[in-house]
Amino acid sequence: MRLRLPARLNPGHLAPAHQTRRRDSLLTAAAGLGVAGLLWLAQEFAGGYVVHMLCVAAIYATLAASYNLINGVTGQFSLEPNAFVACGAYVTALLTLSPLEKEASFILEPLIWPLSVISIPLLPALVIAGLVTAFMAFLMGFPVFRVRGDYLAIVTLGFGEVIRVVANNAQSITNGPLGLKGITQLTNLWWAWGLLAVTLFVLVRLVHSSYGLAMMAIREDETAAEAMGINAFWHKMLAFTLSAFFEGVAGGLLAHLITTISPTLFTFFLTFNLLIMIVVGGLGSTTGAVLGAMLFTFGGEWLRVVEEPMTILGLHIPGIPGMRMVIFSLILVTFMIFARQGLLGRNEFSWRWLAAVFKPRRRP
Amino acid sequence: MTGPEFLQQLINGLTLGSLYALIAIGYTMVYGILRLINFAHGDVLMAGCYIAWYGVVMFHLPWWAALAGAMALAALLGVLIDQGAYRPLRQAPRISALITAIGISFLLENLGLVVFGGRPKAFVRPEVFNHIYQWGELRVLSLSVWVPVITAVILAGLVFVIYRTRTGMAMRAVSRDMSTVQLMGIDTNRVVALTFALGSALAAAGGVFWAMKYPQINPLMGVLPGLKAFVAAVLGGIGNVVGAMLGGMILGLAEILLVALLPEMAGYRDALAFVLLIAILLLRPTGIIGEELPE
Repeated sequence: MRLRLPARLNPGHLAPAHQTRRRDSLLTAAAGLGVAGLLWLAQEFAGGYVVHMLCVAAIYATLAASYNLINGVTGQFSLEPNAFVACGAYVTALLTLSPLEKEASFILEPLIWPLSVISIPLLPALVIAGLVTAFMAFLMGFPVFRVRGDYLAIVTLGFGEVIRVVANNAQSITNGPLGLKGITQLTNLWWAWGLLAVTLFVLVRLVHSSYGLAMMAIREDETAAEAMGINAFWHKMLAFTLSAFFEGVAGGLLAHLITTISPTLFTFFLTFNLLIMIVVGGLGSTTGAVLGAMLFTFGGEWLRVVEEPMTILGLHIPGIPGMRMVIFSLILVTFMIFARQGLLGRNEFSWRWLAAVFKPRRRP
Repeated sequence: MTGPEFLQQLINGLTLGSLYALIAIGYTMVYGILRLINFAHGDVLMAGCYIAWYGVVMFHLPWWAALAGAMALAALLGVLIDQGAYRPLRQAPRISALITAIGISFLLENLGLVVFGGRPKAFVRPEVFNHIYQWGELRVLSLSVWVPVITAVILAGLVFVIYRTRTGMAMRAVSRDMSTVQLMGIDTNRVVALTFALGSALAAAGGVFWAMKYPQINPLMGVLPGLKAFVAAVLGGIGNVVGAMLGGMILGLAEILLVALLPEMAGYRDALAFVLLIAILLLRPTGIIGEELPE
């Protein structure tokens, strides 16, 4: 079953991109300023809870958009983002924590030497975390991209599990199941939304470049793409390492938002949540990934209603803890069976589209 | 390590391997026919364990009756999942079916958390399996001896069904080429349903013995055994029932021997299966007895 856009939202032919480039850049800049203004208002006047949720939403959107690059755009269905987020979170936290905090946390086994004395600011720590995660993805890519399809899914899932097991056991680096505590809460609206803006800029430019076209060609038909002279392996690798980079950085920001990390945070549940976002938004659409992440974050908060006791018309209904995840799973299965393309399919938002929607139509 | 100790570990490995083999069969049969990794398989196992638990605790059934009930209801659950969630996606891209399977798996786990609660429940080990056999220095729990024996009987029956009956012939034919077999007048949908029923029943059996071995159950207990059993199926050659048994045995022995020989690596035990998986896919993607290379 195909979700159809209403006729009004389906304007048919868009204006050629090169004619409207200047206007589109200006509109993008204006929209960016508008969002920044709204965020400033939220920071000044909204409560801490709203600000926290906005940060979470931006981090999820970053994760979903970069996960979509490998799963949706390049069509390599993989299940490892929890590993990358974990890697980024641990590396950043280990780099920014003060030596005193580290000594207090690592009670079972001391932290190994160079890490135990280092303490650097957030920005370089995030960049290093992103690079380390990307390098890990690069090494992973060699075995992983020798297989395709569901084997790829299960191998990457295995890698996610291995990382979790390592985080649990390499006590002198990760502090084992105890995790890292006392991370300073440095993430604010500007970090989270700034990262989202940078990620979206890079991803949109990449998807529209010849590299992006090659990635989509691989998604549609790998053999045909190779026959056209596209090196499938290195394009997959590019998508994989780039998404790993942004997932690592987002993981670092996540660690500095929630201030305590442990291996239980980075189980397959995290990957599953990201999967729901990109499937509901539409696999292959960056706009869809961001939309899915926003719906997931705020819809999930809204759904808390079902877990709390309530009284409807004098009828008392006890809250059912855990019901939200049941509903999320049902949503995923329902979308897969009835609307496989998700909300947006592979369509992207563009100013040209918006302009065409609002342009008065010529009467026939 | 002394001789008896080593023998003891070997028996433990064989027990664990039997459980992996029982679970791996469901994966390998479904993959052979539908080319689908049935992620929900491990959670059907979990459901089977809870059915057996309720059978024993609430209805005071003897363990074998609870086991039979668990196998029957798990078979029903497997068929329902296939008909409800996978059948509408038979013609869809395979990735859609895979995502659905992941969704169903999470649905069952979270339903389990809501319905049964997250706290583990103690699973009573029946008297037959709870005493210790002693031969000289060798001390073995009777469960560890009986599980491989029972598994061998079940698997012998399964091999008979698959290779010696008309139904089994239909199953093998469907796994070769579904559309041609359909043209030959075989009700493929019935064959697929039967495959899910058989695989799920075996998973429930494996799960109940698993619960007796580590005597407690919880709603997430099926995840790791499920994933590892899938690795065992790939190790043996996916789509091949005998391969799944062999793969399960190898994986079980490897895990136990890793812990026995290198105790300091015990924490990495859960990672071993995936390292093995990566190694097989790199060196011999068809597995030990596999024939074709699945895309």
